[in-house]
Amino acid sequence: MRWNFLALIGRVSLSFLAAVGRVALFTATAIRHSLTPRWYLRHIARQMMAIGYYSLPVIGLTAFFTGAVLALQIYIGSARFNAESAVATIVVIGITRELGPVIGGLMVAGRVSAAMAAELGTMRVTEQIDALVTLSTNPFKYLVAPRLIAAVITLPALILVADIIGVMGGYAVGTGKLNFNYAIYLKNTFQFLETMDVISGLVKAAVFGFLIALMGCYHGFNSTGGAQGVGRATTNAVVSASILILVTNYLVTELFFAK
Amino acid sequence: MTEQANNETPMIRLRDVHKRFGPKVVLDGLSLDVPKGQSVVVIGGSGTGKSVMLKCILGLLRPEQGLIEVDGENVLQMNAGEREQVLRKFGMLFQGAALFDSLPVWENVAFGLISAHNMKRSAAREIAIEKLAQVGLAPEVGNLSPAELSGGMQKRVGLARAIATDPEIIFFDEPTTGLDPIMADVINNLIVDSVKNLGATTLSITHDMASARKIADRIAMIYKGRIIWDGPVDQIDNSGNEYVDQFIHGRAEGPITMELRR
Ligand SMILES: Nc1ncnc2c1ncn2[C@@H]1O[C@H](COP(=O)(O)OP(=O)(O)O)[C@@H](O)[C@H]1O
Ligand SMILES: [Mg+2]
Repeated sequence: MRWNFLALIGRVSLSFLAAVGRVALFTATAIRHSLTPRWYLRHIARQMMAIGYYSLPVIGLTAFFTGAVLALQIYIGSARFNAESAVATIVVIGITRELGPVIGGLMVAGRVSAAMAAELGTMRVTEQIDALVTLSTNPFKYLVAPRLIAAVITLPALILVADIIGVMGGYAVGTGKLNFNYAIYLKNTFQFLETMDVISGLVKAAVFGFLIALMGCYHGFNSTGGAQGVGRATTNAVVSASILILVTNYLVTELFFAK
Repeated sequence: MTEQANNETPMIRLRDVHKRFGPKVVLDGLSLDVPKGQSVVVIGGSGTGKSVMLKCILGLLRPEQGLIEVDGENVLQMNAGEREQVLRKFGMLFQGAALFDSLPVWENVAFGLISAHNMKRSAAREIAIEKLAQVGLAPEVGNLSPAELSGGMQKRVGLARAIATDPEIIFFDEPTTGLDPIMADVINNLIVDSVKNLGATTLSITHDMASARKIADRIAMIYKGRIIWDGPVDQIDNSGNEYVDQFIHGRAEGPITMELRR
């Protein structure tokens, strides 16, 4: 009984290490093919549309309401020690450093990781990826690299838009409901904002873009077992991308915190 | 003719190839020669490893053991770049057609010409339309998406894609399955023509004995992961092999037993 338990721990650790190894190998191969020619520009452009343009409505809505609710909550908190004038500053720092990239990244993970895993997974189980190979086309170059490149380029742009809309959400609540003066709210927004606040958020966005595309491609590429397998790949892609986003968010924040 | 063929190195040589998936042994010491410029047809029951054999030759699956040579070169020891060069000699029709559903039909057919042979899109498109005509599809079909086609039409597009680059070696995985008898015969003629006119070497898989008799120079039968009989097509009726006899006459009684549970 006790040995069974130990054997179970051993088995779980081994399969975990094997999975880590597989992901690491996939990541290395994917990066190598993204950095060396040839680049399928048409595919990169198409993926940028799919990731960026079509995510705008979702990103806009979430950012707006996040900024709005942030203004309300901070107002409640800061009113307790008569620091209401800090609302605009804290909203913009919270949005640019943290909530814009993280909430935006999670929303895009739900949309894009899932779509990539489903598309590549279907291509895997219907042998389209095998067919690519027989037509002398490297599937990493043709399928994975364009998605990775597009996501790393597009996410920062998308998150910049999210930052702006998030601040507008805070502004709308601040001036509409909390009776801040328009000019003063804007002045407070920009007075203490540092370039690094925005930059660190956009660096996070690029890292999250990489993780989102990587997980979508990895799970799609390795899916097995028909429609059910593709469904499983889709779920795993979203879950693993979301977890990785939250973990790396902490690591990147700490990296910038030291500076 | 056959003497001459026997002296040459075969286009494809498989020796003692073993492939398993977990505990399930699929190829169990398979050996087969495909002579240059000939058409070899492999027959055998479903799930006996016919498609797996083709994928091992193409490098899509890696056998645990054995030798696979293409034109005298051992493909199992090649690096990725060398393999890509070898794959340029091949055309492959997948059992399920495996068309790219993100691309229109003509671009599926033209894919190898554009990506591997760097042909201009407009020129590749013309060749694609020509190849579609050869498999009995109108030029308008070229603009449809694969999802808009019936199974038989998809198969024919897959065939057009396999022959589009005029490859030296063509694999056909169940080319006539799912086609009506007349279209099946059109496809048979097309395969015969690719061998005669292009001088291609072909390896086909089929359950359809009429098709096998029409396109084969040689027939090989696979059973339990090995080739159990291999000979010229005109000897298939006097093979003296009970397994072959049972298969070509489609009898339920015989040495091959289906694993049915009652
Ligand atoms: N990628 C794979 N993973 C696991 N099993 C496989 C895989 N491909 C084929 N098989 C198994 O190998 C056996 C032979 O398959 P296949 O070659 O497709 O048969 P067929 O002779 O009908 O073409 C089948 O039992 C199938 O389940
Ligand atoms: Mg098969």
